[in-house]
Amino acid sequence: MTQSDTDIIVIGAGPAGLSAAAEAARLGAAVLVLDENDRPGGQLFKQIHKFFGSKDHRAGVRGYAIGDSLLAETARLGARIELGAVVYAIYPDRRVAVITADQRRLLLTPKKIILATGASENALAFPGCTLPGVMSAGAVQTMVNLHRVLPADKTLMVGSGNVGLIVSYQIRQAGGKVAALVEAAPVIGGYGVHAAKISRLGVPILTGHTVKCVHGTDRVEGATLVALDDKFRAVPGSERDIEIGCVAIAVGLTPLAELALMCGCGFTYIPKLGGHLPVHDDNMETTAAGIYVAGDITGVEEASSAMEEGRLAGIAAAEALGRVAPSEAAALKQAVWARLNALRTGRFGQARRDAKERITAEGRGAHVV
Amino acid sequence: MSSNLAICGYLSADELAACLPAPERMAKGPVAVIECVQDIPCNPCEEACPVRAITVGLPITSLPVLDAAKCIGCGVCIARCPGLAIFVVDGSRPGDEGTIQLPYEAWPLPEPGESVHALDRAGRRVGTGTVEKVLSAKAQDHTAVVTVRVSKQLLNTVRAISVEGRAEA
Amino acid sequence: MRILRHPILGNLDEQPPVFIEVDGELIPAREGEPIAAAIIAAGRLKLRHTRKSGEPRGVFCGIGRCTDCVMTVDGQANVRTCVTPVKAGMKIVTQGASPEREAQE
Repeated sequence: MTQSDTDIIVIGAGPAGLSAAAEAARLGAAVLVLDENDRPGGQLFKQIHKFFGSKDHRAGVRGYAIGDSLLAETARLGARIELGAVVYAIYPDRRVAVITADQRRLLLTPKKIILATGASENALAFPGCTLPGVMSAGAVQTMVNLHRVLPADKTLMVGSGNVGLIVSYQIRQAGGKVAALVEAAPVIGGYGVHAAKISRLGVPILTGHTVKCVHGTDRVEGATLVALDDKFRAVPGSERDIEIGCVAIAVGLTPLAELALMCGCGFTYIPKLGGHLPVHDDNMETTAAGIYVAGDITGVEEASSAMEEGRLAGIAAAEALGRVAPSEAAALKQAVWARLNALRTGRFGQARRDAKERITAEGRGAHVV
Repeated sequence: MSSNLAICGYLSADELAACLPAPERMAKGPVAVIECVQDIPCNPCEEACPVRAITVGLPITSLPVLDAAKCIGCGVCIARCPGLAIFVVDGSRPGDEGTIQLPYEAWPLPEPGESVHALDRAGRRVGTGTVEKVLSAKAQDHTAVVTVRVSKQLLNTVRAISVEGRAEA
Repeated sequence: MRILRHPILGNLDEQPPVFIEVDGELIPAREGEPIAAAIIAAGRLKLRHTRKSGEPRGVFCGIGRCTDCVMTVDGQANVRTCVTPVKAGMKIVTQGASPEREAQE
């Protein structure tokens, strides 16, 4: 890569980043996608279940197939992807500092930047939480679906959001067992259909329960579960011991937003979407002019909405570079907004829509940096 | 959210009332049962049905509505539902037994003629069944559809199968 | 344990294993997979001991962010085994000592 031939740098080759790259490249921008991993796709290729939504959202297609078609699209449109490239800084003057896979140090000067760095999973503290075998649910999903390795025969799942429910099902598909799924809240957090899929396989879903402690010598050997009262306090005497070899933690994600912080983007704090996250306007542009965000970095949702936000950011960045006329850009963006809004409906989606509207309300207006 | 589904992870009898087919319809021939009760944006079932018996409409969070009279029980919707929430039940055969078509995404696939445990929505064994057919066409994208014969009394109860000594569904 | 057959992902294609050495023991691995995957497939979850108290640690995040999985690889310390691919003949060593080993030394 040279320093001057890139219009737009996209940081992160997950669903949001690839979608942004595809749209921008389609409109004629020179796009470079940088990702620190040695394979593209972010968390998309581990999603071996069929996605929801409508035909426009590729409903019924498995996550990895959507990933394959995204990669084909970006390749066809001429967006370059550089893997093993760690972006470790973005300076306020917009220079992007990279260490490439072959250890070259570069300072790039793109005209626009799109941050699509996603989110990482939260940890949970309890006695024994550092034992080998206690890992994030995403780590279990990576091991099982990407690397074809089952960490243990029996797993305890902690957390009943969609990640916990889906990964429990995928552990069963891989031939493993799920001793139980515990959820501290009194109700299941994720979709009823995902819960139903594992219930009918005999996986007990214990709401109002959590893991009290995990024991083992060199690895997880067992756990003690405990019931919680309506104030989330442990109910004395309700302890139950189970034998397991792995504890999967699925207690939410937090945006990976350090680069946005570094280059001066304005932030807000919305627990529902993962905590501290960069605000943006309807064009996905942050308060730092020329820097856009898309996907989980600006609110933990799902792959489907990440892809739509990516497309928005790609179109908007290309428009800002004069690659597409405002009227055409408006029409393109309107189509994406229609798809995005359709995803943010219903009992699960509406709350996310309300939260995202708080973000854009803060992000609109004059850019401050 | 419907209470039993939210707390335990499976539908209670009350929550199911709206989804289950009328006994007269079940006695006529195969009919779909769409156990989908939450307003999630999702509509592949509507597109899948070759006789347009399923309506979701707009907004796509609307719950699917089955026209049981139009439904021919072909089962195409079973593999298309991302939530694996659709089943086809048939109580029309003479005698005590009927069949259930259910989605199956485990290895190995059961074999026709095989005897299986019949599980309810909570994963409890409620009886036994015999596998009649296993369909896994390319269009189903790895969601096999298994037809299992069970007692007619279990047609609204059984929603999974397991095979002794083998990985469960 | 290795998942040889999977209802969605299909059968694992058979390929000749690549061998890596972990604490002096040869274990089979699949070309290109992360070191941690090969070690877990061989039935081992403990990857290192903490420096101060010698406590066991293994994979936590699985995507190269938390550094709980680091081991010494071909002489280089602190290599993230969950994102570093195996190479035939790699020599991998557990970092840190368990309390028992410390007591012996």
